[in-house]
Amino acid sequence: MLSAATYGENGKMNDYHYSGPVEHRFSPYTFNGGTVLAVAGEDFAIVASDTRLSEGYSIHSRDSPKCYKLTDRTVIGCSGFHGDCLTLTKIIDARLKMYKHSNNKTMTSGAIAAMLSTILYSRRFFPYYVYNIIGGLDEEGKGAVYSFDPVGSYQRDTYKAGGSASAMLQPLLDNQIGFKNMENVEHLPLSQEKAVQLVKDVFISAAERDVYTGDALRICIVTKDGIKEDTIPLRKD
Amino acid sequence: MALLEVCGYRDEDRSAGPLGARGRFVDRSSHFSFGVKTAEFAVPVGVDPQAFLSPYTAGEGNVRIHLNHGTTTLAFKFQHGVVVAVDSRASAGNYIDSKDANKVIEINPYLLGTMSGSAADCQYWERLLAKECRLFKLRNKERISVCAASKLLSNMMCEYRGMGLSMGSMICGWDKQGPGLYYVDDDGTRLSGQLFSTGCGSSYAYGVVDSGYRYELSVEEAYDLGRRAIAHATHRDAYSGGVVNLYHMRQDGWIKICKDDVAELIHQYALENK
Repeated sequence: MLSAATYGENGKMNDYHYSGPVEHRFSPYTFNGGTVLAVAGEDFAIVASDTRLSEGYSIHSRDSPKCYKLTDRTVIGCSGFHGDCLTLTKIIDARLKMYKHSNNKTMTSGAIAAMLSTILYSRRFFPYYVYNIIGGLDEEGKGAVYSFDPVGSYQRDTYKAGGSASAMLQPLLDNQIGFKNMENVEHLPLSQEKAVQLVKDVFISAAERDVYTGDALRICIVTKDGIKEDTIPLRKD
Repeated sequence: MALLEVCGYRDEDRSAGPLGARGRFVDRSSHFSFGVKTAEFAVPVGVDPQAFLSPYTAGEGNVRIHLNHGTTTLAFKFQHGVVVAVDSRASAGNYIDSKDANKVIEINPYLLGTMSGSAADCQYWERLLAKECRLFKLRNKERISVCAASKLLSNMMCEYRGMGLSMGSMICGWDKQGPGLYYVDDDGTRLSGQLFSTGCGSSYAYGVVDSGYRYELSVEEAYDLGRRAIAHATHRDAYSGGVVNLYHMRQDGWIKICKDDVAELIHQYALENK
């Protein structure tokens, strides 16, 4: 489909990609797409991601989930540049092992979040191009979600969407979980079944409108009994 | 060198980076030491770090590395101590990443630090400052002064001057000299004063605070002035918003006063004017 914008002043067609000599520098980064989402409940946490890995106009893989299990009570979702996601999760795993060997205990979700912040900041001048969201249970057994920017700024949230469709999903979550912009509505606490259904609905919406999100949805539900994983198909187009 | 040896000077840390033995730049891929014991910063090889990052933060092609930014913060001294007021919006490019970011770091019960500019820079360096203040207390058996704490932070900023850090912070506290307020900047500026406002909404906040400020304000008037200044700044600055977090630094430590949504405050002020 061509719009009027493709035609220049004298009626000749413009080429979007070439407007004079363009210098191409080597870029260490690329964008591989993907959306992650985390919701914290009273005694559970959900981390969900789509499984599409794309680059430019191509889809490299339909089975590349972006949730990684860190401990029995913590899952991390990483989206952005896949190369940096892989390296970052390897480094986090190594640091978790080091902590376990020195301190004889598993890292808590809050501690992992604080550690990830310093790991990301150590690359302040050459960042990991990764948007991270950690979901898990805190020491009291309550759900906790920590969201990060690429260089390590973080905070604890109740729910957060990150990745390519984040700007579409976050307002929907604000409305459905935070009850924002709704009048005369009873603020009911979120049950696990309702949260899972909401996450599925939200990803179906994202797959409809974001080209980089789709193929399948991987949901990890973290409770005191462990981590349960589920895969649900999404639009493949 | 012969003279160095005669003087007995041991220069074992000459190969270390700006942080002395505590930190070095790592740009080799041959080994990875995880940065557990000493702080390490990876730097892109052979490029000015700031020039390297700017096309990505501006959004070159598909790669958009958006870092959390933007604020209005203010603090002023008055007869009953120091009032600190901040907004709570963290924006990443044009997207509001967080509506309830925490921009005041509670270093200890007698010291507060505010954060404006790049969220990650502020969080990291002020957490490091909190660690140094704690170490000071353990080594010297007395709490660090506001003057010394702000000096530690400004020295950290001077070491990394020109590398693209973005941090505008106010260190507020109460020590043996009474209430203290210092402004510390990413280019190493360190100023003591009665009244400061930082961030992209600071001009709007200065307008409101300057018109109502007196040293002899009562406690309630001071709280109202701080709240009003932030609320009006968020009203006009696109990158500030959320809630006003208000703290009062008193002789026996700081207390948190309120967390008011700016939309409600603006509505309330509009009704007062009718």
